Amino acid sequence: MTKRFGPFAGREWIALLILGLLLFVVFPTTLDVFRLNLVGKYLTYAFVAMGLVLCWGYGGILSLGQGVFFGLGGYCMAMFLKLEASTPEATKIQSTPGIPDFMDWNQVTALPWWWEPFHSLPLTLILVIAVPVFFAFVIGLAMFKRRVGGVYFAIITQAIAAILTILIIGQQGYTGGVNGITDLRTLLGWDIRTDDAKFVLYFVNGGLLIACLLIGQGIRISKFGRLMIAIRDKEDRVRFSGYDVANFKIFIFCMAAAFSAIGGAMFALQVGFMSPSFVGIVPSIEMVIFCAVGGRLSLFGAIYGALLVNAAKTTFSESFPELWLFAMGGLFIAVVMAFPNGLAGVLHKHIEPRIYRLFGGLRGSGTTGAVSSPHAAE
Amino acid sequence: MNAAILANQVPDPLQKEFILTVERLTVSFDGFKAVNDLSLYVDEHEIRVIIGPNGAGKTTVLDLICGRTKATEGTIKFRDKELTTMREHEIVHAGVGRKFQNPSIYEELTVFENLELSFPRGRSVFGALAFRRDAEVRDKIEEIASLVFLKDSLQTEAAILSHGQKQWLEIGMLLIQSPELLMLDEPVAGMSVAERLKTAELLNNIIHNQSVIVIEHDMKFVEDIAHRVTVMHQGKILSEGSMDHVKHDPKVVEVYLGH
Ligand SMILES: Nc1ncnc2c1ncn2[C@@H]1O[C@H](COP(=O)(O)OP(=O)(O)OP(=O)(O)O)[C@@H](O)[C@H]1O
Ligand SMILES: [Mg+2]
Repeated sequence: MTKRFGPFAGREWIALLILGLLLFVVFPTTLDVFRLNLVGKYLTYAFVAMGLVLCWGYGGILSLGQGVFFGLGGYCMAMFLKLEASTPEATKIQSTPGIPDFMDWNQVTALPWWWEPFHSLPLTLILVIAVPVFFAFVIGLAMFKRRVGGVYFAIITQAIAAILTILIIGQQGYTGGVNGITDLRTLLGWDIRTDDAKFVLYFVNGGLLIACLLIGQGIRISKFGRLMIAIRDKEDRVRFSGYDVANFKIFIFCMAAAFSAIGGAMFALQVGFMSPSFVGIVPSIEMVIFCAVGGRLSLFGAIYGALLVNAAKTTFSESFPELWLFAMGGLFIAVVMAFPNGLAGVLHKHIEPRIYRLFGGLRGSGTTGAVSSPHAAE
Repeated sequence: MNAAILANQVPDPLQKEFILTVERLTVSFDGFKAVNDLSLYVDEHEIRVIIGPNGAGKTTVLDLICGRTKATEGTIKFRDKELTTMREHEIVHAGVGRKFQNPSIYEELTVFENLELSFPRGRSVFGALAFRRDAEVRDKIEEIASLVFLKDSLQTEAAILSHGQKQWLEIGMLLIQSPELLMLDEPVAGMSVAERLKTAELLNNIIHNQSVIVIEHDMKFVEDIAHRVTVMHQGKILSEGSMDHVKHDPKVVEVYLGH
């Protein structure tokens, strides 16, 4: 069995140390603010990918609609920022001053009631998590209690992502439509567009990411984590051992939604806008690819997967934008066929043993970790 | 149904309570009655064996009792609880444990972890998150592991156990829940003769605490453990009584043991 010191096994402490150095020392000291902000943006997807590790990797629940929760979290944050940017003074040239500009352009004359809570930052911070989690809870309740799973669940989440996109685009006057909510400026008077703010937000984002990593690890090493593996393997056996399996699936799905939502909110803060193009089918599938490339059983892997695939996307799509989607699809198929446990699996299976051999016998007895051997279905 | 069998089955009101009372149980899959108007009474501390040819409906009876399949008609009473309207995990909580026909264990987890997940504590979401592996849990796991001959394999990944050991592990996973009614679907399938003997001994040992329903094809094993035998055929009960009685029942000889 895995020998752990606190929440992590030996090799995972090393992984955490390396990640911490990379995120909080190497990137901030070597990258300019523009690039650092870009990394921060990539990392917002790492939240989603970590959520997918929990619900897909461990729970066997493949959601192709995580963009929904990323989007809902992001929109909640963006609505607050938009309201702050839409003071009567700033919008006095509008026919109805004091409401967001896109509402005015769409002949909306009063703020809809459901925008009202987003005047308050504490309420917004609660809603950033609560709205997506509530959504996930309802979906989970409807699906898992009826024992809908596997491909059917994936297709339904996909459909929900499509519906939400259509809804957002269709309700232009209330949501900003296809352009999304843009021109976000300040957070409680603090200008988020400056280099200083971007630098600070990058660290806030990194801190939240580590916090989510710790929460995820806490779940992974608890009996709950082992139950998820058991459910993935023999759902009926778990049920007939006295567990209400649906509740566990609902919880982990809500957890994944909460992670995604935090990512979405940090995206809105760092990038300065939110739009339906982060909600729909394509982004949702991309998020699954980040997770698959990193390794769907590894929380660390999910972070690197999100970083690497996004960095590749930026580089690649600058030169061949129309080829990117094909490259992405190919990458996904290649990973699933050749490396079902992604980069983390490759590291664990092929690279680490070599390193250990190099340093001869440094490997203690039974130190397995991020992809601990019994869980790695390779 | 034969009048003699009925007389044999109808509960005597003066007799002590049955642990399980199944009456007029029927389930129909698109018109095909896999279990047809079946009644079954199991005593406290009884080992009951159900035998019957392939497709007789034996597994389906267990499915109905544990809530995996919903009955079309009939009642299943466990002590004073009506099981047909309860959900699967509630039936487990009431004290009914069930082993599947194909060993159903968590292959990716160790023997220890398999038993731990079956330990009846922390079965809610938050209970599972807060679950601690304390001395009580460890002691119980070791106790059960030695009962099912797996004490030396606690840290072994379940996937690499032999077929017989997997059967034992699943039996252990039930025992750790201390169910009052234990239902075993072909527990010795795939076991060597020596393993079968050990399993018979194990079942005879634990019986002081619970009632057991066993489905089995192996006649030697049945003779070793059965208090009473129920023979099923085409969803109905063909014969019931001691092994000797059943063996010499002409109807049984005809459809099951006959050649
Ligand atoms: N869910 C189901 N839907 C349709 N038919 C079913 C279902 N479950 C069982 N059956 C049918 O009911 C009949 C009884 O099956 P069951 O598995 O109970 O037999 P069994 O006595 O356990 O046989 P075996 O000795 O082979 O295990 C079979 O003909 C089977 O095909
Ligand atoms: Mg059967």
